[in-house]
Amino acid sequence: MKDYSVFDILGPVMIGPSSSHTAGAARLGKVAREIAGDNFDNVCFYLHGSFAKTYKGHGTDRALVAGVLGMDPSDERIKYSFQIAEEKGIKIKFIETDLGYAHPNTVKIVFQNKYGDTFYVTGSSIGGGSILITDIDGNKVEFTGDLPTLLLKYKDRKGTISKISTILSSNDINIATMKVTRERNIATMVVETDTLANKNAIEEISKNEDVFYIKTINPIDKR
Amino acid sequence: MYNHGEDLIQICNEKNKKIYEIVLEKESDITGKSIDEIRKEMNENLKVMIESSSHAINNEVVSVSGLIGGESKKVMEYKNSHETICGNTINKAMAMALSTSEVNASMGKIVAAPTAGASGILPSALITAKEKFNLNDDDIINGLFTAAGIGEIVAKNATVSGAYGGCQAECGVAAAMAAAGIVEMLGGSPETCLHASSIAIINIMGLVCDPIAGLVEFPCAFRNASGVVNALISADLALAGIKSLVPFDEVVEAMYRVGKSLPDTLKETALGGLAATPTGEKFKERIL
Repeated sequence: MKDYSVFDILGPVMIGPSSSHTAGAARLGKVAREIAGDNFDNVCFYLHGSFAKTYKGHGTDRALVAGVLGMDPSDERIKYSFQIAEEKGIKIKFIETDLGYAHPNTVKIVFQNKYGDTFYVTGSSIGGGSILITDIDGNKVEFTGDLPTLLLKYKDRKGTISKISTILSSNDINIATMKVTRERNIATMVVETDTLANKNAIEEISKNEDVFYIKTINPIDKR
Repeated sequence: MYNHGEDLIQICNEKNKKIYEIVLEKESDITGKSIDEIRKEMNENLKVMIESSSHAINNEVVSVSGLIGGESKKVMEYKNSHETICGNTINKAMAMALSTSEVNASMGKIVAAPTAGASGILPSALITAKEKFNLNDDDIINGLFTAAGIGEIVAKNATVSGAYGGCQAECGVAAAMAAAGIVEMLGGSPETCLHASSIAIINIMGLVCDPIAGLVEFPCAFRNASGVVNALISADLALAGIKSLVPFDEVVEAMYRVGKSLPDTLKETALGGLAATPTGEKFKERIL
């Protein structure tokens, strides 16, 4: 039986009207920005399922834009996010689409920088304002953004997982969950931790020659 | 630890404590935070609730789609200028519940309680009790933790989602939480809190979730207004000494089974009920 915090029942504090279509959408946008960085001037949102059908009435569009601009689900500027994006010179586009077998509230967020390079993050709003990130630029992943998260890509080699977990524990970072997937010889690792990986741990992991991508994602406060 | 109403009452009786004290102890246990910190955090939520309950009474509000807006102001103005059938307390309570619903529908800030769609009921009910009996902020926070305990038990054993259980699981559970909160604030026993919650759920068992165009607006705002009234009368019935023949845990189980047997068309899909009326369809076409 799942244990609830009182703030799961009396919360989240959020901008309405819908925890899944508005608060979850803002959260998806914000986590996507954490992953993609802030070097973009063009964002395209591919909306799937119920997101595609009801995004205007639920303010899903404004919430997604607010999220990629860095706003939290309880930020009262969400309502004005289109205007704020325009002031920042960021172009926004919404496309209703079918992303295939996906949760009904799914969005693929494609960021583009001034050189035309693109990077995308796909995720779903799974209820009550909670989300699941499922794809980062072609890498299948699964994490919620509730905990500090470490994303790694590396050339797969025996012993890498143990090396990384040793570095984390020697830096006093407890691992909550760890998932590794592999495509050809490239492994993608998603580690959810109780505390954010510190600079020292990141530097140590980066010294490993096989690791060519490393990213820490701050948890998004639910309040 | 408690998973059911029965355990909760047993623990309250054994320790000679109120529901909110047990809820707070458990929250402190699972989060490692002090009772004081948790109460402060709840106080932050209370501030948002107080603001959302009054904002649309004092300000012009229009929802994103334009389906609702201005209802709470109308109720307040009517109450202030007429002798009403329901009187001051009930009309003010309805106005406050409508206010939060309007704030929510217009992309303002609310506290989901237990959901965004039903967020108007609990704040209005507890503020009504506080104002009528001149209680203080500590009392209302005790009411909020009592309500959270009830919501937690329903979430564990049934559902608080309209998509799974219909409106009974959202506005019904919100009213059940609110009724228990009021009973606590007015000095009722833990058993009386649970009777109030049971009565509130019984009163709306089977209520469907059929919002026009799938938006949390119409009829959601009305059901927040009637939901707070349900909470108030359920609290009064329980405080008068009336007991629910069927105990709380069985009422919750029944609500869950009713929710499961509701067809999908009546569970937040906008395919049945008011959403599927010619007028509902017309508005859907216009908005989406």
